[in-house]
Amino acid sequence: MNDDSANGKYVLDAQGLHVWYGDFLALRDVNLKIERKKVTALIGPSGCGKSTLLRCFNRMNDLIAGARVEGKIHFNQDDLNSNDVDPTEIRSRIGMVFQKPNPFPKSIYDNVAFGLRINGYSGNVEEAVERSLRGAALWDEVKDRLNKGAQTLSGGQQQRLCIARALAVEPEVILMDEPASALDPVATLAIEELIRELANQVTIVIVTHNMQQAARVSDETAFLMVDENRSGYLVERGETNQIFTEPKDERTEAYITGRFS
Amino acid sequence: MKAQRLDDAKVADTKGSGKPRRKLGGLIIKGILFLCALVSILTTVGIVVSLVVQAWGFFVEVAPIDFLTGTRWSPILKPRSYGVLPLVAGTLLVTAVAAIVAIPIGLATAAFLSEYAPDKARRILKPILEVLAGIPTVVYGYFALTFVTPRIQDWLFPDMLVFNALSAGLVMGLMIVPMVSTLSEDAMLAVPRSLREAAYALGATRVEVSLRIVIPAALSGIVAAFIIGLSRAIGETMLVTIAAGATPKLTLNPLESIQTMTAYIVQVALGEAPRGSAEFNAIFAVGSLLFVMTLGMNLLGHWVVTRWRLKY
Repeated sequence: MNDDSANGKYVLDAQGLHVWYGDFLALRDVNLKIERKKVTALIGPSGCGKSTLLRCFNRMNDLIAGARVEGKIHFNQDDLNSNDVDPTEIRSRIGMVFQKPNPFPKSIYDNVAFGLRINGYSGNVEEAVERSLRGAALWDEVKDRLNKGAQTLSGGQQQRLCIARALAVEPEVILMDEPASALDPVATLAIEELIRELANQVTIVIVTHNMQQAARVSDETAFLMVDENRSGYLVERGETNQIFTEPKDERTEAYITGRFS
Repeated sequence: MKAQRLDDAKVADTKGSGKPRRKLGGLIIKGILFLCALVSILTTVGIVVSLVVQAWGFFVEVAPIDFLTGTRWSPILKPRSYGVLPLVAGTLLVTAVAAIVAIPIGLATAAFLSEYAPDKARRILKPILEVLAGIPTVVYGYFALTFVTPRIQDWLFPDMLVFNALSAGLVMGLMIVPMVSTLSEDAMLAVPRSLREAAYALGATRVEVSLRIVIPAALSGIVAAFIIGLSRAIGETMLVTIAAGATPKLTLNPLESIQTMTAYIVQVALGEAPRGSAEFNAIFAVGSLLFVMTLGMNLLGHWVVTRWRLKY
């Protein structure tokens, strides 16, 4: 291990994070560390700010009019929320996969190559596309029709294409916002297997409201709740095993055992 | 009396015969709506019939082939000649100048409004565009003739004629900018937010999202906007009558005075051509051709929208 902050245990570190949408405090005082090359699941009831928190990690909240973020998020040494940080540069290093598959209305090949082209990739684009599609366990299914439109793929394939598209720019972190919630059980399983495999090379933060899924795919779990003002906050974070078997906080236990949802 | 009616209605209701009455009401409404829809269909049919019938009178005297391929249009001065190509060329020349203005400005305006403008700027800009769209075309005509033409003569082409295709085309381009930009903007706004987010999440800048994602995804709608805007330019009458001249000429030089198809129709309609004469009937032949051209453009626009539409 060299420099602790650059290559240390944690790749992302949120400190005192608050998010407002206009006057509405959506997320209050979140302190959360994300471990490198692990899968961290964000769980909690609807409206607890899981997705809002996820979108802080790649500055996607910038795109929402009226959204305001306070607090620090260290990404390696850089503070993501500092004014000197170029959000487009951050987003090329922290990728994102969305709830509904959203491939571009372009060919399969162009979908994967998009990120490479806009980021001025200097290597061989064709090879990078193949590598990314293999990485997303999609290559064998699409290698003979790379020039076909992405919309010809099934929902599960489209979502794996979106993962390949995110992988292509070789991000350090991939944020996944309920990536399997729009998919059938078989496609969901494929995505979950893929997430486990990807954890060897990238850090993954996944929002899910499916607790079995969180238990299956994640190493770490963070549990968020929503208070009486509808503001989300972090209750606890720990190893997934520990969270699901012996949570420290009784609210976590109540949620996990299904006493509320 | 009133109470009596109310009672009747109640009785009718309890017997369940209120329903047929409501059904009848529905039928009447349906009939009225159908008649209203019929008005526009009948109008279209009427226009086509009157055009064809009177154009027929013209084509009895002048062979259609001479009309469509002739290069000299001189319906009044002898020797008479009814070659429509100079009028078509004039129309297309003005339209081309308008397209050069309207397509880039309209597209850029649409991209600005849909991708860049904060709410505040939109709230100011949209009404201005709507005002621009609402100015009568005769005003645009005099704007071209008395403001744009002298400026072009002063700054660029001192030898340019007072009536010319260039300033008419430039102003016509400005005139159709609101139409092109509004229709293009609608097409861009229809591109789902999820596609923009996907591109931003890969590190795309706003320009890259606009140029590489939104515009390609909205292309069918944008092309349709261009086509509809240009078909409006082809049919535009007042502006070109005032500013482009009345000299049918087969030329590609926009500095010259020309005459468009529409301007010829106005000229004859206002002039002393005797009803039933060839030069009078010629306006219906020209009108038919104009109708076919704009119809073709609109069909092309429709085809582009349905055929090229990308699924997302």
